[in-house]
Amino acid sequence: MGARYFGAAVQRKEDDRLVVGRGRYLDDVALPGMLHAAYVRASDAHARITNIDSSAALGVPGVIAVFTARDFGAENRPTAQMAPSPLLQQAPTWSPLADKHVCYVGEPVAMVVAETRALAEDAAALVIVETDPLPAVTDYKSALDPGAPLAHADLKSNLAASMQARFGDVAGVFARAARVIPVTLEMHRGGCHAMECRGVVAAWSPAGDELTVYSSTQSPYPVRKGIARHLGLDEHCVRVIAPDVGGGFGPKAVFYPEELSVPLAAQRVGRPVKWIEDRREHILATTQQRDQLWTVEVAVAADGRLLGLRGRIVHDNGAYVPYGLILPGTTVQSLPGPYALEALDVTLDVALTNFVPTTPVRGAGRPNAAFALERIADIVARDVGLDPAEIRRRSFVKAAQMPYPTGLNGRDGTPIAYDGCDFHQSLELALARFDAGDFRRRQTAARAEGRYLGMGIATYVEDTGLAPFEGATVRVDSNGRVIVETGAASQGQGHATIFAQIAADQLGVDIADVTVKSADTGVFPLGIGTIASRVAVTGGSSVLMAARNVRAKALKIAAVMLEAAESELTLEDGHVQVAGGSNKKLPLGALAARLEGIPGLPMPPGITPGLSDTAYFEARQTTFACGSNVAEVEVDIETGGVKVHRYVVAHDCGLLINPMLVDGQIRGGVVHGIGNALFERMIYDEGGQPLTTNYGEYLLPTAPEMPNIEIVHTQTPSERNPLGVKGAGEGGTIPATACIIAAIEDALAPFGIALREHPVSPQRLIELLADKG
Amino acid sequence: MHDPTPEAGKARHAISLTVNGTAHAVDVDPRQHLGDFLRQTLQLTGTHLGCEHGVCGACTVIVDGAPVRACLILAVQADGASVTTVEGLAGKEGALHPIQSAFRAHHGLQCGFCTPGMLTTLAAFLADNTSPTEAEVREAISGNLCRCTGYQTIVEAALSAAQTLRGEG
Repeated sequence: MGARYFGAAVQRKEDDRLVVGRGRYLDDVALPGMLHAAYVRASDAHARITNIDSSAALGVPGVIAVFTARDFGAENRPTAQMAPSPLLQQAPTWSPLADKHVCYVGEPVAMVVAETRALAEDAAALVIVETDPLPAVTDYKSALDPGAPLAHADLKSNLAASMQARFGDVAGVFARAARVIPVTLEMHRGGCHAMECRGVVAAWSPAGDELTVYSSTQSPYPVRKGIARHLGLDEHCVRVIAPDVGGGFGPKAVFYPEELSVPLAAQRVGRPVKWIEDRREHILATTQQRDQLWTVEVAVAADGRLLGLRGRIVHDNGAYVPYGLILPGTTVQSLPGPYALEALDVTLDVALTNFVPTTPVRGAGRPNAAFALERIADIVARDVGLDPAEIRRRSFVKAAQMPYPTGLNGRDGTPIAYDGCDFHQSLELALARFDAGDFRRRQTAARAEGRYLGMGIATYVEDTGLAPFEGATVRVDSNGRVIVETGAASQGQGHATIFAQIAADQLGVDIADVTVKSADTGVFPLGIGTIASRVAVTGGSSVLMAARNVRAKALKIAAVMLEAAESELTLEDGHVQVAGGSNKKLPLGALAARLEGIPGLPMPPGITPGLSDTAYFEARQTTFACGSNVAEVEVDIETGGVKVHRYVVAHDCGLLINPMLVDGQIRGGVVHGIGNALFERMIYDEGGQPLTTNYGEYLLPTAPEMPNIEIVHTQTPSERNPLGVKGAGEGGTIPATACIIAAIEDALAPFGIALREHPVSPQRLIELLADKG
Repeated sequence: MHDPTPEAGKARHAISLTVNGTAHAVDVDPRQHLGDFLRQTLQLTGTHLGCEHGVCGACTVIVDGAPVRACLILAVQADGASVTTVEGLAGKEGALHPIQSAFRAHHGLQCGFCTPGMLTTLAAFLADNTSPTEAEVREAISGNLCRCTGYQTIVEAALSAAQTLRGEG
């Protein structure tokens, strides 16, 4: 494709604004006459609302209105299901404001609108919400047991759905297995903690029939659809804009109650309204991922090969199901990971609890599956007496088996089939870079000094480029500027840069001459969302297709204008030129000007108006990225402190559009996974009260304890899209937690410590060491 | 019972301070913190509020040469101070501070939300120490949270900027 930018570590187009403080994030949006909202949120995990007294709040000077569920009338009803599934048995969704009951601490109950945010917060503290507490479901593990309290008083049980992942002759495989090993694992993931909290600004047109919403969302189109349907508006009357978004990591892909209540409030007060989530609200009311309990058995051959897996997973869903079964479904569809299992029979039960809902956080349910499979491989290795790497070598799907049907079906009902994954190669590359032999020598020497080094490995496979599409329009202006318009929102991934790289290559222009506009439903008609490591595959391929068509169109109009055959023309440096030393050439801008139309002059025959094209690459088949990680940690057995000394990633996400940006995605992802291994725990008390509501209590990774992350790339081109790429947004996170926990267990091998959970705090390690005397 | 303190009912305080080289004399609400003052009163929205409880460091600005969390001091406390925000790091002609150029060159930012606080923190740090070790850089930004980068490229950018500041770049 005449690549000049594709594959190069091009510096980002986004950064010029962002390093000088000229970004435009949600809280930077200021509209004339704008008011500010603050929410009164539930302080009970489960309760009946008996009375709300807003009178004192309404008396505060500067307060314009206080809204409760009753004030929003018929529009205060539960939101539509974002991701319907026939498997959903009970799927309560949230409403703009809680009406009769509250079902988690942080659920919005009332809303104060005032001249300033400070006044709105003052007045919110004066709204008196009286409640009758109800028994709360605060232990997901027992939520489905007979006699458990109900998370919703009007439901019959706490079971939202039960999902199966099954293939092969399970009974036969377990009957002839040399060993059957029971494994129980608990996983906890915490929240996304984007550095920018959520926020919404809503403004109605003077006639009250058109609504503009700014939201710090990953999914402007689903937000548009959600608002339009809920409020009974035509979609073209709702414009949703995601400005610069300060990180997403999953939870900003969900359609939230505030995305309805802010527009409703703005409608009623007749002025624009802004709400900016504060950090405490983020911890209370932005979706999390939290917990899964795995109780499984693994069937093992005499040579240690993993043969089969069966058992049950209980998944903490939280109180509402706004996003269907996307998160738990991703866990079961991620089985059997890189392992060529002969049989699988796993049931995942989705439990309603009285916590904030869970939806995907970076990696979605995949880190859970990876944690389980990688822990299982290590447990089997220890049981059989083999090196953990050797167990994997014997159990991996082989490269020669690609495309490899796992035996399960994807979300669309079609068989899942891995493409272009070489797990053996990735593991060997990571081990070689790490120098495992040298490590074992150092480990032995260190133990002699009373220092405990450990090494962990983890391999993963990730479905990327989720269906159905992201589209793109590529057009050229009469001044020669190339504009790429797409629905794909960005939260820091650098899409503007990679899209510009792709378009610039096709159109022979400098990347500086490309402008990328995205995440505004008023600019591009359709979109899905920036989730599931999908935008490079879907949006990138659409940019390529549209840019190719624009190139073809440029040559066609140039042939007319230059009176030459298309085959004689070249497109370089922003000009179409007649080959063979001729001086005859035209800049792209002149071609665009001709196609923009000239009054009275008909279009050239057979050429449609506009030097532009719109394309939708339709992802028909998921493409799979893969890789292996190796980590070295040191555990201080006196303090329980864990230091990550080294972290090696071997990674294959197909062809790299911009290796610098891919490395950035991987490193950030790994650190998120390290946080899940060592620090991040969302703690609730027995009554469902959150106890970790600030960053002194909920710990995120900081610079001094993070390692440098070494990356080895292989580039196996995907055959499932025209760019040959695979997604890179989550592959860093998926194996990282498993890798760190394995390394800690290895470090503590002399004490026989078994780690079956994450995160592990220093306190927990000391507790486990004390148990071992 | 909570005692609301609406701005309307309280005396405002006159303060004078210099922000990015420009002198301002303004009446402020006694409870307004410096971050809100910069963003709302002066419309300098480059300073970002990430946690408003002094942990994330996104709102860091340079007050009389020292990095300070703008969410943890009141505007009235900045009376008489000289404040530099991310908008003031570049030179008069728009020439980027070496730390700004290095962030771009080393992919030290992704979403850009923590970036202003990282840049101000590191600009103040590098003004004191132009030959830092990697560990010293990591310590310098230990009070700044970034969820995107994993910090590595920020550290690389800081070491590169230090080299530039030493005249070796």
